[in-house]
Amino acid sequence: MSDALHYDDKVIARILRRVRTIAAVGLSANDMRPSYFSALYMKNKGYRVIPVNPRYEGQDILGERAIASLDDLEAAPDMVQVFRRSEEAPAVVEDAIRIGTKVVWMQLGVRHDEAAKRAEEAGLDVVMDRCPKIEYGRLFGEIGWIGVNRRTISAKRGQAVQLRRPKGGLRKRDT
Amino acid sequence: MTDEHDDYGVETLAIHAGASPDPTTGARATPIYQTTSFVFDDVDHAASLFNLQQFGNIYSRLTNPTVSVLEERVAALEGGTAACATSSGHAAQFIALLNLMRPGDEIISSQKLYGGSITQFAETFPQFDWHVRFADPTDPASFEAEVTDKTRAIFIESASNPDGIIADIEALSAVAKKAGVPLICDNTMPSPYLCRPLKHGADIVVHSMTKYLGGHGNSMGGIIVDGGSFDWYQNDKFPLMTQPTKAYHGVKFAETFGDFGFAVRAKAIGLRDMGPCLSPFNAFMILTGVETLPLRMQRHADNALEVATFLEGHPAVAWVSYPGLASSPHHAVAKRLMPRGTGAVFTIGLKGGFDAGVQLVETCELLSHLANIGDTRSLIIHPASTTHRQLDETQQKAAGAGPEVVRLSIGLETADDIIADLDQALSAAVGSGQSAA
Repeated sequence: MSDALHYDDKVIARILRRVRTIAAVGLSANDMRPSYFSALYMKNKGYRVIPVNPRYEGQDILGERAIASLDDLEAAPDMVQVFRRSEEAPAVVEDAIRIGTKVVWMQLGVRHDEAAKRAEEAGLDVVMDRCPKIEYGRLFGEIGWIGVNRRTISAKRGQAVQLRRPKGGLRKRDT
Repeated sequence: MTDEHDDYGVETLAIHAGASPDPTTGARATPIYQTTSFVFDDVDHAASLFNLQQFGNIYSRLTNPTVSVLEERVAALEGGTAACATSSGHAAQFIALLNLMRPGDEIISSQKLYGGSITQFAETFPQFDWHVRFADPTDPASFEAEVTDKTRAIFIESASNPDGIIADIEALSAVAKKAGVPLICDNTMPSPYLCRPLKHGADIVVHSMTKYLGGHGNSMGGIIVDGGSFDWYQNDKFPLMTQPTKAYHGVKFAETFGDFGFAVRAKAIGLRDMGPCLSPFNAFMILTGVETLPLRMQRHADNALEVATFLEGHPAVAWVSYPGLASSPHHAVAKRLMPRGTGAVFTIGLKGGFDAGVQLVETCELLSHLANIGDTRSLIIHPASTTHRQLDETQQKAAGAGPEVVRLSIGLETADDIIADLDQALSAAVGSGQSAA
């Protein structure tokens, strides 16, 4: 691995504010895997998370039907999240560029500098080796609840962190 | 990772890190969330919290909003990724090792530790079949000689209690790296204002917050800071961090929580099952103390140097073990690792031996005779008759607490007043009225 990656908090925050739909490539249906933790959290924050994993094609994960590949999407997602090994990142990036997404986000531990360069040249925002759940929690406050150092300081009164999930979370309800 | 937050100075972090105005009420000081429990939205929300899938509070044995502000504050001051507060410094040591040790495992520990820690390691941890090998913190090779395939950590105090011996953190970090185990550094004595062990190669920092972080001698507390630097997957020594955890349906802490997995396991397993959580009220008291840490620590160190210099010239004093003095064999290492000052706890040896030590502590009027350090008040104790009395004389001497030794914790009073009190008490102790002042 080459130099340490550094991302400006403002850039990460802008991505997390702008994105609404996430195609999660390699999302696991095992509810104790890190990818599931991340997707569940993002769903509970109001993002639509579409599982992309041929292993689970047609199955329901977190209330969404899993598809086999990014080409099966009806419309381009705002972001493609990569839960795959680093060496598989270039293929995912090619798919992401082709379907017209705006952001490629590679999960903690996933990094491929050439693939990132290719995506950036195609006009996409790229984040590597980061978890959107951790970044969301860090930038919007609540990860401090478990004593994590957010490396941010503010004397401004923030917004109360959203506790309640949007409707249609784990359980479908009529109300 | 450890340097990114250095956009802010230590004085700013001491006041602000972890604490924005309360979003609901606008309260500027951190509120005391004096509650045991927190409501769930519904059963699914509860389930995701219990499974660690969501951030949120369940029960104050695990997390509490006042406590978590303190955790983030200290993590920021030390340059770590996260922290886990505990009920005392001893609990911090226990919970940190609980993340690493299984029956039969070993640590290599500095032999220059607070006497209570030596007892904890050597007498009580063997009940869990955890074992300790002691080594000399001024001689990194002595640690290397104790490494076995059962070694799971190296444990040191950055500055030892009571005699202020400075461990060469950088050299010991190299030994730990070679052995493939984390270096755990107790940073109670200098506090993160005077020394930041993670910058010098330590992987985990522990504190008794009862001392300088709280600073006022009114609240017990401990903390574990995760440096985020240790690769738990580099070998197969740390299954508790890397292998599936049955109690959480197969979560692997190092994988799911990455560079703050150590701190999360300390809460999710350590606090949950052993129970030594910090009370919200104590967290509030310690937070208030931390806000003035830089101011207090500088004055503690300045006063201590003045008092140590006086004592070095006193006829009743055989020696002074304070690394801030040029005469100390640890002066060079201290200047490198603690350029702002070398703390305020040190020992002196009295020419009159055990009896002179007893008489000195009983004759002081301003210095308080008690078993603590890191108070605003100056403190004095004779370890051989108190804190270290459970050790035999060989162990006492190895810990720097022989019969002639008196420990001082220099407070924030006027330096001349501390010196005058010690002078009158020393004169009485030698019985001749000889004064050096």
